[in-house]
Amino acid sequence: MTDTAIEAYALTKRFGRRQALRGCSFRLPAGRVCAVVGPNGAGKSTLLSLVAGLDRPGGGTLTVLGTSPAEARARVAYVAQDKPLHPRLSIADTLRLGAELNPGRWDMAVAERVLAGGALDPGARVRTLSGGQRTRVALALALGKRAELLLLDEPMADLDPLARHQLMGTLMAEAAEHGTTVVMSSHIVGELADACDHLLLVSDGQVRLGGGIDDLVTAHALVTGARPAADLAPHTVIESRATGRGVTALIRPEGPLGGGWDVEEPSLEELLLAHLRSPDAPPLITPGTSVPARPEVTA
Amino acid sequence: MVEYRIDRRSGVATYLQIVQQTRQALRLGLLEPGDKLPTAREVVEATAINPNTVLKAYRELEREGLVEARRGLGTFVRKSLGSAPADSPLRGELAEWTARARAAGLEKDDVAALFGAVLEEQFAPVETHTTSTQGDPV
Repeated sequence: MTDTAIEAYALTKRFGRRQALRGCSFRLPAGRVCAVVGPNGAGKSTLLSLVAGLDRPGGGTLTVLGTSPAEARARVAYVAQDKPLHPRLSIADTLRLGAELNPGRWDMAVAERVLAGGALDPGARVRTLSGGQRTRVALALALGKRAELLLLDEPMADLDPLARHQLMGTLMAEAAEHGTTVVMSSHIVGELADACDHLLLVSDGQVRLGGGIDDLVTAHALVTGARPAADLAPHTVIESRATGRGVTALIRPEGPLGGGWDVEEPSLEELLLAHLRSPDAPPLITPGTSVPARPEVTA
Repeated sequence: MVEYRIDRRSGVATYLQIVQQTRQALRLGLLEPGDKLPTAREVVEATAINPNTVLKAYRELEREGLVEARRGLGTFVRKSLGSAPADSPLRGELAEWTARARAAGLEKDDVAALFGAVLEEQFAPVETHTTSTQGDPV
């Protein structure tokens, strides 16, 4: 096992005329719980399916668990957004299939624990289940696989608040016990803020923010002052607005701010919204999670 | 076993909520020396927060000398936090002061804000390069 779960360099992917990814570079250390956030159509699902080895990048390089995505597949579990399952199989048969497809890895006890919270009849066929129940079965399959890397595309979207909390708890418990790397996409920030320690903000096919959530938050400051916006010029200003006679701005301080500013730490949500509203703000990938440029890039 | 309650809207960092709730449990005698804290797995299963958040809180409690990690066994309480007993002189003085504040016409919120401001002042960390404006004086 390497200390890097995913390393992407200059990844591109095109679907017809639509450029889904345009040069994604980032490194995700192993053992992190990573939120992939961004607007609809930003490239989140494309990125996850490339990491899962279900599709090939158009350009750039991608290393998953120290090897190619295709070779890593046995150690990676992927739950796609539409939760594809065999509709005619019963829940019990679905789990048996999981056991047979993952010899030597499958953990039936974990899969059954995930299902137990949902009061599901093991004999029920998948096609008779509601969206939230199918999500539960899909997560049971993914966790039963005992993967080193779990890729979950909008995992909680169909779930009621209780099931969401319960399944997120189960997921975190697995991560705590086995050091599993988890990557979850969502556009609901609140759902992820407490569970994740790492963030990738993807928009327009590129990584805009990448790194540990604490590091990213402390690299920014929310400042308010009765001073002209020009006084913030030495710093990287992500977004600024006039407030009364002064200005309030989200900045990346590049040195001491000087007096006269009321300085606050932004919330994760404020940080993300400011970056989404300001598509021209320079990206920030924190040290240790960026990928240095390499001369040889396979196309 | 203590249970942690995470309030997402409190504005207090999640790891600090765990630290504060542990300290409070020590003050109230809900936890005593030798008692075991829940494992990170138990906490995250119940609260759906990130495991590293729990470990960060436990490291902070360990740094304060309140708990100790015993390899392979878990995290245990090392010492209790003595609270000011109900009849201590400090409490008496505070009660007198509060009565005077009320007699002077202050509302409960005003008193709380004033107390909070003085508390911040007295326990302020070392000044950093940034300055922050204080609330209006009462």
